[in-house]
Amino acid sequence: MKISLSWLRDFVELTESTDELRAILDDLGLVVEGIDVVGEGLGDVVVARIDGIRAIEGADRVRLVTVDAGNGPLEIVCGATNFAVGDHVPLAPIGAVLPGGFEIAERKMRGVTSNGMLCSARELCLSDDHEGLMILDQLTTPVVGERLLDALSIKPDVIFDISVEGNRPDAWSVGGVARDLATRLNHTLAAPQLAQPNGAETSASFADARIESPDLCGRLTVSVLRGVKVGPSPAWVVQRLQSAGMRPISNVVDASNLVMLELGQPTHPYDAAFVAGRTLCARRARAGEVLVTLDGVERELAKAGRGLGDTGEDCVIVDGDDHVLGLAGIMGGASSEISESTTDVLLEAAFFDPMTVARSSKRHGLRSEASNRFERGVDPQLALRAAARFVQVLRESVPELEWLSEPLDVRGTTPEIPTVELRSGDIERALGVALSNEEVARILQGLGFKVTFGSGSIFVIPPSSRLDIRSGAAGRADVIEELARLHSYRRLPRRTPSWPEPGGLSDRQKLRRHVRDVIVDLGVLEAWTPTLGSDADFDLAHPAMERVRVTNPLASDESVLRATMITGLVKAWAKNVERGVGDVLLGEIGTVFAHPVTTQSPRFTRGGVGGALELKLPVENERLTVLFGRPTDSAVTAVAFWSVLCGRIGLADVVVRNAEAPSKLFHPTRTAELIDRATGASLGYVGEVDNALVEQVAPLAGSRRLGIIDLDFEVVADAQRATRRSQFVRVPSRYPSAVVDLAFVTPTSVHAQDLGFALREASELVESVDLFDVYHDASLPQDTRSLAYSVRFSSEERTLSEGEVAEARALLIATGTALGAVLR
Amino acid sequence: MTTSPLAQLAEQTDELLATIAAFESLDALRDAEPFVVGKRSILSTLQKSLGALEPEARRDAGAQLQGARRTVETALEARRHELARAARAQALEADRLDLGDVVVGAVSVPIGVGHSSLVASTQRQLEDVFVAMGFTVSDGPEVESDWYNFEALNIPPAHPARGLWDTFYVELGEPETVVLRTHTSPTQIHLMENAVATNALPVHSVMPGRCYRRDTPDARHLATFHQIEGLVVDRGITFADLAGVIETFTRAYFGPDVESRLRPAYFPFTEPSAEFEVTCTICRGEGCRTCSNTGWIELGGCGMLDPAVLEAVGIDGDEWSGFAFGFGIDRCAQMRHQIADMRALIENDVRFLRQFS
Repeated sequence: MKISLSWLRDFVELTESTDELRAILDDLGLVVEGIDVVGEGLGDVVVARIDGIRAIEGADRVRLVTVDAGNGPLEIVCGATNFAVGDHVPLAPIGAVLPGGFEIAERKMRGVTSNGMLCSARELCLSDDHEGLMILDQLTTPVVGERLLDALSIKPDVIFDISVEGNRPDAWSVGGVARDLATRLNHTLAAPQLAQPNGAETSASFADARIESPDLCGRLTVSVLRGVKVGPSPAWVVQRLQSAGMRPISNVVDASNLVMLELGQPTHPYDAAFVAGRTLCARRARAGEVLVTLDGVERELAKAGRGLGDTGEDCVIVDGDDHVLGLAGIMGGASSEISESTTDVLLEAAFFDPMTVARSSKRHGLRSEASNRFERGVDPQLALRAAARFVQVLRESVPELEWLSEPLDVRGTTPEIPTVELRSGDIERALGVALSNEEVARILQGLGFKVTFGSGSIFVIPPSSRLDIRSGAAGRADVIEELARLHSYRRLPRRTPSWPEPGGLSDRQKLRRHVRDVIVDLGVLEAWTPTLGSDADFDLAHPAMERVRVTNPLASDESVLRATMITGLVKAWAKNVERGVGDVLLGEIGTVFAHPVTTQSPRFTRGGVGGALELKLPVENERLTVLFGRPTDSAVTAVAFWSVLCGRIGLADVVVRNAEAPSKLFHPTRTAELIDRATGASLGYVGEVDNALVEQVAPLAGSRRLGIIDLDFEVVADAQRATRRSQFVRVPSRYPSAVVDLAFVTPTSVHAQDLGFALREASELVESVDLFDVYHDASLPQDTRSLAYSVRFSSEERTLSEGEVAEARALLIATGTALGAVLR
Repeated sequence: MTTSPLAQLAEQTDELLATIAAFESLDALRDAEPFVVGKRSILSTLQKSLGALEPEARRDAGAQLQGARRTVETALEARRHELARAARAQALEADRLDLGDVVVGAVSVPIGVGHSSLVASTQRQLEDVFVAMGFTVSDGPEVESDWYNFEALNIPPAHPARGLWDTFYVELGEPETVVLRTHTSPTQIHLMENAVATNALPVHSVMPGRCYRRDTPDARHLATFHQIEGLVVDRGITFADLAGVIETFTRAYFGPDVESRLRPAYFPFTEPSAEFEVTCTICRGEGCRTCSNTGWIELGGCGMLDPAVLEAVGIDGDEWSGFAFGFGIDRCAQMRHQIADMRALIENDVRFLRQFS
């Protein structure tokens, strides 16, 4: 909202500098998003009359203009064409410095000299108009040589662009902002000049107003204005509107806009000649009704919206024939619009239910200055004051204006005004500091609250403009916020609290950090790939799987929640291959999503209006995925990486067991599942990305084997499923151990790790078993390979004898044989 | 009467089909293709011979020949597909590797320097600051119901305040009931509900996580971003505690010469509410373009828990009070590392990732 300093000064005395005011407004929560200084740099600009225009030889874009600015003829080169001899335009003479610091100097072009610059409104920062020169005759009766500031009676001004928060309906006006400033600065707040009805007849003798839906329209006032002459507004009204960024239209419309900006009450003027029965009635729209709004769009009314909780309710204004004139508080229809021939005006100033306006405005995609204010809540007591102000303003251009007595004023339901009780100590309990009764009274009364001091408690009744103040405990918080705000947040104390409960990370969070550290230590670059992908991305992994979709994606290729991070990582890697930097390990710890129908235990939660529905939500699965994209990488690298990670996490026994590829992304014959030996839980998969996919997405690295680890972090973090090594350490035996190598010709069906575990458990004397060689050779029987283990024997109590070692060795060999492994 | 050039078409077609069925490799198929359906095939020869026919006869024969060609081509494609599958199956079989046989000690891999994600490391630094102040860390889901994301936070359905969040809705249940969380605040509600259910008040926790807003990405915003939220519910907690926590955090994270200040703001779930600002880290408070010459940079929102929120989760506001705050993790990273364009964060360019330690 743009508010000029001069307008604010109509309401409150302000002597502070622009910077000081900005700081005060910010501190009041009326955040200044920008400041425009008007009239700056216009001091040297004067009114000049066009005396001659002629072409310049060889130039078709510019002409030579002769002007008089009071000191005889001046020749100026000008590119605009929107003027004629006799017009008055602004001239920036040589030496003038325009807004933005542009200094005018003598310029020569095409053999002629230009002695200054004729200006457009935009060049002077007076409006956005850059169609041509600013023609002053349209605005005033210009005098040659007069300063432009004087000619247009522009007083240098400062315009604040203020962002008003959603809970401050009262601050969406010059008067509202002035009220905050007056209270903060302890100044009095001036009231605007208001007109009194002066008509001989009563309003009821001319017009009628009715409310049929009192829940939607809390108040409808209709003022009858006769003898209206539609024409331009006085200069000060135009300036005020322009300072707020609004275009002047006509004195009637301008007065309506001015009152809205000044007091916060939108009003709507109707041409009484086109309102059947001169009757305005507010009622609920009926199904099937349509309205063509001012923007030319035909709108179906009372149609339930798609939005949650939107029943399709619309409040409309109808005439005496029950014909819809407009969407109440949002936008009018064309039929009763003010025109040049309007002589009688029905001025509507009303209160509409904020939620109804909000829903209608959202459903119809219609936002207006009026709807913005109504949906936040306009002061229900403001209507007639606004009408009086409207008449006061319009009367300046229409002195003979007649405002019929006893304006029509019908009531519906308006929000109840609560009485908020601040109990003794409430303020201190909320803010950490007590405020004196004087300060409380000063602030709240300044804001228009009624304050009564009871025994211990303070009873506070908000003004009707403060529809944001609730009742009960919430209302207490609302009032206390007002106290804190006006007292200034910066004056409140600070205290760093402490409590006996320890802080810290959960085991899972610690593990997540640890895993992240380990993978980064092992050379992984941590990526962040998109959660939302395309159907085609999804199909790469799970073409037949039900997917979780976003209803309103920004783009169609960002509409599906990922079910795996592999696709995103492969694409990210491929992109880096294209950049020539693809020799890397890329990893990510993140969440993937499963549609509730694809899982046996969906997540149930409450939702819907009032949280009354039970909803099935997608199951979220945290995973760790690493791609191995260097030229020497493969499934083998991935397995080695896994073994380090597994050791660092402290897992007990996890078997790497070849398995069916869990999705199309994996290489069908180079994929293994990671199985916890004790619990049988699957921790994830290790292997390679399907080479066909690699060729498809990264043709430049097509022959490369892309290793992969894809871990289910939920399982890894769960000690019930992913068995931990004992946290109790074993001190190695002080007696020397004997190391024996055993090589078995083993059927491929026997898993090397299984054989290793069997060996380890074959004798109590086994300290460790390590696979150190796998040997394939044609000389070995079909479907076998040689597995060589280094076995370490030891005892806690003694040095093992040769016989004991031999005996243990024999046990191990027998164990191998039982599994089909033959000692070489 | 001359015999039709197509008199033998059925037999010729069968012959071609037999040839196709006999291909044993993709190479053989590719080599023979011109003789089966290409320019040098019997089909092409027959096609040429049709030119001699009367127009009507030519039309009929052409259709007949076209049918035969389709049959042959279909068979060829089917065979090609079959052979490709067989070739792939054979290649995969040849490629088969028993990953249980990997001798880890014998694998040699190049050493490379890894790098943590900027967001992850920033999140960790922030968590560490709060953990040192006595906070726990809580995680929450990214897909939420409207109850947790909005209504329990005092943002009722169709309330204009919902417009403050550009929401992605998920196609599940009734329209607009399932959302990608637009902020980490729903995790607050889960925490408080759980604390009430398990009689585990007080709560002092921070909640980092990924959030989504339907907002076209630009240099300063991403549609996917990360927030960290803080929640304290305890006895005797006041606005002074909130301001103190913000102040302590600011100094711990940004440095002792960075200050914080609060200014009034509106959030439906807190009252009083505040926006918190910190000394501009670019100009150290002198005033520059980044801070619009104010010397301050807006970091996040905070406030005392609104009584309506306490009521929604069943906490007695006369016994307990609390505050919440939240701000962008990515934004902290952007401030600290002067990232000119946030979109670099999701491009995963190795040259970008390598810069972080």
